[in-house]
Amino acid sequence: MRWAGDTVATEAVHTTFQMADHLPVLSVLVPFIAAPLIVLLGGRALAWPLAFLASAASCLISFALLMQVIDGSVISYHLGGWAPPLGIEYRIDAANAFVLLLVSGISTVVLPYAKASVAQEIPAKHHTLFYSCYLLCLTGLLGVVATGDAFNVFVFLEISSLSTYVLIALGAHKDKRALTAAYDYLIMGTIGATFFVIGIGFLYMATGTLNMADLAERIADKGANRTVKAAFAFIIVGMGLKVAMYPLHLWLPRAYVFAPSAVTAFLAATATKVAVYVMLRFAFSVFQPAFVFEVNTLEFILIPFALLAMFAASFIAAFQSNLKRLLAYSSLAQIGYMMLGIGLLNETGVTATLVHLFNHGITKAALFMAAGIFILRCGSSFFDDIRGLGKVMPWTSAAVVIAGLSLIGVPGTAGFVSKWVLVQGALERGWWWIAVLIVASSLLAVIYVWRVVEVLYLAEHKARANPFNPPLMMTVPLWIMALACIFFGLNTDLTMGAASVAAEGLFAGSTGLETGAGDGH
Amino acid sequence: MTSDFFFGHLNYWLFIILMMTGLYIVVAKGNLVKKIVGLNIFQTSVFMFYISIGNVTGGTAPIFPLDMKIDPDVLYSNPLPHVLILTAIVVGVATTALGLALIVRIREEFGTIEEDALLELEHEISRKVNDQHGDAMGGRHSGD
Repeated sequence: MRWAGDTVATEAVHTTFQMADHLPVLSVLVPFIAAPLIVLLGGRALAWPLAFLASAASCLISFALLMQVIDGSVISYHLGGWAPPLGIEYRIDAANAFVLLLVSGISTVVLPYAKASVAQEIPAKHHTLFYSCYLLCLTGLLGVVATGDAFNVFVFLEISSLSTYVLIALGAHKDKRALTAAYDYLIMGTIGATFFVIGIGFLYMATGTLNMADLAERIADKGANRTVKAAFAFIIVGMGLKVAMYPLHLWLPRAYVFAPSAVTAFLAATATKVAVYVMLRFAFSVFQPAFVFEVNTLEFILIPFALLAMFAASFIAAFQSNLKRLLAYSSLAQIGYMMLGIGLLNETGVTATLVHLFNHGITKAALFMAAGIFILRCGSSFFDDIRGLGKVMPWTSAAVVIAGLSLIGVPGTAGFVSKWVLVQGALERGWWWIAVLIVASSLLAVIYVWRVVEVLYLAEHKARANPFNPPLMMTVPLWIMALACIFFGLNTDLTMGAASVAAEGLFAGSTGLETGAGDGH
Repeated sequence: MTSDFFFGHLNYWLFIILMMTGLYIVVAKGNLVKKIVGLNIFQTSVFMFYISIGNVTGGTAPIFPLDMKIDPDVLYSNPLPHVLILTAIVVGVATTALGLALIVRIREEFGTIEEDALLELEHEISRKVNDQHGDAMGGRHSGD
């Protein structure tokens, strides 16, 4: 019997337990176990250190994983020793590890900032639960990225989503509209996730498997039928809701504006990026880009909406009078660039999406952290409140300028690298007009970033009684991100290297079960 | 064969009807609790869909006899979708619980759970905030 045989295999695995072999699952398990531990230990003093330790540990693990797979190899980890396709497989390649590092890295940098920021914004009795939810959210995001099992993606997606709703609702202490924002996101997010799970159901119906590599093989063998097409449609729309792809973006601005500052910084840099990754994984690994229905969808649906997002959202951002809301709309525009990279359907385009996912993550984390500091200083991030802060808070404002330049895509900053690759991708397809549009929409970014700079530096400051001075715990993470914007703009080895290997891997299509799964069947 | 088209795919038709009913309620109803009810119906339709695709024609319940003497001639239904749906049900329950908890808090803060009234209250808040801070959107409040 197969079951008995597998049990023997499990025992063999356990006797030769080695930490290094279990890195893929540990990156997800560490925050997952720390989250309830924080609540069980109960002490408010312990909550933050534990959360930070867990996040830092999974960041280190992610880095180790990326170093292992950056040469294009694949790590296949069998959960509980059950061989795929029956068991759940964690499959780490360059694309996974790259996003894992982004998510855990951002989380680790944001946490010190969160300690100071949360202390001001959320009542003390909720702190323990806040860190627990934060770690659960991190677990979910990491799990979505690490797993190679389609249904497992849904489960982790919901873990991260449910904790996200809670984190956003915690903003209610400052503004009660956070509650309705969280509720709206809950409704839309659940519809998105349910669409996704319908898609998985169709795939299972058509192929009888849930393992992504196995799915890819079986779909490629059988060719596409109507069930597979329906699955594709449901998955793209469901993930589109999570990505906040242009027409499905309505939940995002409100959620970002009313969430606590630390939560916004974390989510803006990671949550939508993880959804973009899932879209990439399904569009290129599970389904074959060779299918006509997929080419049609990605080229003729994704690209127009991506272009619309780039222009419309930037345009709306240029008219905002609240920094946090401006940044939220700018995020929508930047998601447009990522969708465009997917729609280009070539390796350069996908590389651009992956690099932009990383670069925009660090840029937006810096900007939202700065906005959070401004809010604590001035009570809100409305332009007339933060006027003239350039003179009063030179360091924070300078960080905003650096990250703002990266948002525009000025040479020497991270944003430039990804937009450059994206333009190259468009030119490779011979679509010079898209390249022109990318540059043109960047000009809109110049406008809204300039408005921020103008408000910060060229206006008189309204002095307040006992102004809030941000502790180092807040400014250091901000500057780490701002310097990262410059570092990854000048040194592109890590980002471009990992992203191009990842894109190559995604385009090679299914690597098959046999290559990764040694003890398969 | 139209009757076969309907009865042959009965589970899918029911799935579609339930799914659309649920989605319609989510979109059309203004009461936040009713929206959650709609969401539940929508999710339940997906549970039904999964469970029905696990059925093998002529198959029996996938439960092995206690003595584990398995008769190779017995056809079992596929238990995997059922197991998946157990997980999805748990997720659904958690979503419902969280949604209802949010509604309780909304009711405490706003004093209503009707969408129209909530929108109006929120517009009032944004109008007040925008009056205070200047509204660069030219008086357009719909974003808030």
